[in-house]
Amino acid sequence: MNGPQDLGGQMGFGPVAPEKREPLFHADWEKRALGMTIAAGAMGHWNIDESRHARESLHPADYYSSTYYEIWIKALEVLLARHGFVSPQELGDGRTLAPGTTPKRVLAPENVSAVLAKGGPCGRSVAGEARFKVGDRIRTRNFNPETHTRLPRYARGKFGVIEAVRGGFVFPDTNAHGGGENPQYVYTVVFSAPELWGDEADATLTVSIDAWESYLEPA
Amino acid sequence: MPHDHDDHHHHDNELDPMAARVRALETILTEKGLIDPAAIDAIVDTYETKVGPRNGARVVAKAWSNPDYADWLKRDATAAIADLGYTGRQGEHMQVVFNTPDTHNLVVCTLCSCYPWSVLGLPPVWYKSPPYRSRAVIDPRGVLAEFDLILPETTKIRVWDSTAELRYLVVPMRPEGTDGLSEEQLADLVTRDSMIGTGLPLIPEPA
Repeated sequence: MNGPQDLGGQMGFGPVAPEKREPLFHADWEKRALGMTIAAGAMGHWNIDESRHARESLHPADYYSSTYYEIWIKALEVLLARHGFVSPQELGDGRTLAPGTTPKRVLAPENVSAVLAKGGPCGRSVAGEARFKVGDRIRTRNFNPETHTRLPRYARGKFGVIEAVRGGFVFPDTNAHGGGENPQYVYTVVFSAPELWGDEADATLTVSIDAWESYLEPA
Repeated sequence: MPHDHDDHHHHDNELDPMAARVRALETILTEKGLIDPAAIDAIVDTYETKVGPRNGARVVAKAWSNPDYADWLKRDATAAIADLGYTGRQGEHMQVVFNTPDTHNLVVCTLCSCYPWSVLGLPPVWYKSPPYRSRAVIDPRGVLAEFDLILPETTKIRVWDSTAELRYLVVPMRPEGTDGLSEEQLADLVTRDSMIGTGLPLIPEPA
């Protein structure tokens, strides 16, 4: 979706302003936000793509005025309500009113280290040959789905070159919406800065994205 | 690793709306048996004390010291990094990119906050924020200048936008004057930002 998350090339946000000696967390609630997001995800009722889509579906004014852990918490509330674990009234009141969905599993403290060490690999085998090979010239598709996609706007309808074939991966555009993993080959695609940003762009700059096969057409 | 600091940042009281909101949510989820607060403690402890940029620094130091290891990183970064014991969440599919005299690499996630947790830990706020995410792909030299990193005009810049599940670690160039240093001493020179591409390694103190 053309949401607030799709930031590449936008202007007006000001300087980066890296913080000297930045603390790992800026408030205790951020620790709980991190842990709750991971622990609730470990129940197994939604995947990372649905999580990302919940975050980018926040209203743009809300997204841009929230810190990243605030974005996580707001999206987590959406996911918990969508899957029947908490009701909007419970979220509004801040207290438990009724039982909800029974979780598939609950993350136990003794399993945390194994779960984090395992992660959630998204590599999958794909039937058939990769459509493109290293060195092929491609053009990215120009589409504007209202649903989740990982092809940023700045790289749509652009000519680029396949630099690497990365193997098969879960396709987020369907997986975010309960449409299944439908794995596809992923490629690292390189663009020149003038192709992305016009003739005045820095000629010493190249930018790559990692693109699923269906984002690409031969050029 | 920076984890001796947030004693000074206690905003977790009833006057802070986010703190109250998060506490209420944790209470509800705990009452419903959906989460165990001790599991949250264990998650936080992992990223405060075990998983951070020191991991990545050891990868870089080994790559500088051992050409065979550097080759392994180029061929199969996930396996080579796992060999040092660094695996898991947001490091399942690793790629390592090497700075050269000609090319400087810079990593960004324009679409969210993708970051190689297994080797760098949790991302800093600036990495997740709109100024960096918007400008890294269109004005990387301007962004680098804000980190006091001015590259020669002839140096090529390659920006890696982490739009899929590959996670990128930059191996900066080994500083001059480090020939006699051990891997452990080299790792002390490797900053987090140098592994994102927004910085360079430290220069060793003259002996």
